[in-house]
Amino acid sequence: MSLSTTLTINGVTRTIELDDPRVTLLDLLRERLNLTGTKKGCDRGQCGACTVIVDGRRVNSCLALAVSHDGADVLTIEGVAQASRLHPVQEAFIAHDGLQCGFCTPGQIMSAIGLIQEGQTGDDPERVREAMSGNLCRCGAYRGITEAVLEAQKTLDAASRKEVA
Amino acid sequence: MKNFDYVRPATVREATSAAAKPGAVYLAAGTNLLDLMKGGVTKPDRLVDITHLPGLDRIEDLADGGVRIGALVRNADLAHDRNFARRFPAVVEALLSGASAQLRNAATVGGNLLQRTRCAYFYDPASACNKRNPGSGCDARGGDNRLHAILGWSESCIATHPSDLCVALVALDAIVEIEGRAGRREIPLEAFHRLPGDRPDRETVLEPGELIVAVRLAAEAAHFADHARYLKVRDRTSYAFAVVSAAAALRLKGGVIEEARIAMGGVALKAWRAREAEQILTGARAGTALFARAAELALADAKPSGDNAFKIELARRVVARTLALAAAGTPERTPALPGSPFAAISGVLTHA
Repeated sequence: MSLSTTLTINGVTRTIELDDPRVTLLDLLRERLNLTGTKKGCDRGQCGACTVIVDGRRVNSCLALAVSHDGADVLTIEGVAQASRLHPVQEAFIAHDGLQCGFCTPGQIMSAIGLIQEGQTGDDPERVREAMSGNLCRCGAYRGITEAVLEAQKTLDAASRKEVA
Repeated sequence: MKNFDYVRPATVREATSAAAKPGAVYLAAGTNLLDLMKGGVTKPDRLVDITHLPGLDRIEDLADGGVRIGALVRNADLAHDRNFARRFPAVVEALLSGASAQLRNAATVGGNLLQRTRCAYFYDPASACNKRNPGSGCDARGGDNRLHAILGWSESCIATHPSDLCVALVALDAIVEIEGRAGRREIPLEAFHRLPGDRPDRETVLEPGELIVAVRLAAEAAHFADHARYLKVRDRTSYAFAVVSAAAALRLKGGVIEEARIAMGGVALKAWRAREAEQILTGARAGTALFARAAELALADAKPSGDNAFKIELARRVVARTLALAAAGTPERTPALPGSPFAAISGVLTHA
């Protein structure tokens, strides 16, 4: 059975022929498009390492069937930096040591970008922790992650105010 | 994962026809289904993808003051709809207490109703499970069962239904709209999930091919908005299923309860409405002694199904505290830790 799905991934639209309907968005990115920045942790929606942004919303790509997402716009960790300039969330993770081994980091960063777009947490660290609970970090870098999210949010807020002004 | 045929119907009629065939299941976000398929727990022959069906993703205010929530509305979209949150705050608190932000962004309302139990023996294809493999037995009975049911269970099955959303919706008398080949019908959500009896494999009243198209709340459900809460005790503060949870909604006038609604989660294979407890609250003056009596009544029929007698007392305390929280008033905004007993809200009596 041949199934085709058209996806816009990091701004590039491509039509992909799938020979198997079981392919998840995660496996499509990693195994077929060589976008290995998105990580496979539990592969069951429990760890958040596979988080990407689909149509503006952070989701677990391991629980998304590629064929069902025909027409979707996907943003992965490979698409967040502009040329040689890191995304403010990436910069904040480095500044606040929001990682140790780094395996969960792409998922953490994509989740943080989604969180900031959702605009529900304000500057309350408790709300940030709650909103990041779908991303596990086995190294336990949570404190730095929370600080990084709060600072990146401030940076992005200031930047958007500047744009408006 | 077993291979399957993938079909993408363009209309509800095409969908119900495609899903009526044996071995067919609906695919919405897939947040539960794909997990089950990866574990070999469910092995459908055909996935009928309803995510591209038009018109099922709307939250509509109805002329009679009620609200109609399309089956494909995502949990996060419902929780962050300001108008809905203002009128049905306990539903929002229940939604936000469940899963993770990523899952809430994907998971749908219809899928929430149809999610399967989280019983570890159901999830383990090597274990006996009457729900997964009818007639094979129930390894949960003699197994690790501290989280299992205390109400409505049978010798065949002691699993619980994991939904938070359903608990708040059952308390508010939600109606499920169903479409099948024979047309449209609707039933109360409370009657939608079946208790296990001797057929735990039959989980809902849906007939083959029938599709949930919407969930409805009547205008009266919004009358509780000032005193409606959801409380959920879990093994960790966030991103965990309920050990025990409760939704409580009160209509209060001068300290007297005019109408009360209570439902519990994590205690049975469906969200469990406590009508006798509601009755003794009606017309009485709100207070901790009254709430403790209501909690006793809510658990009057409870029986441990294994190593879980603690859940009966825990459920009494959760019911009493949820009533106290509801009486104290719905907070301006859902707490930072939704539904958590650790959420600090000034002015609320947290130890009922």
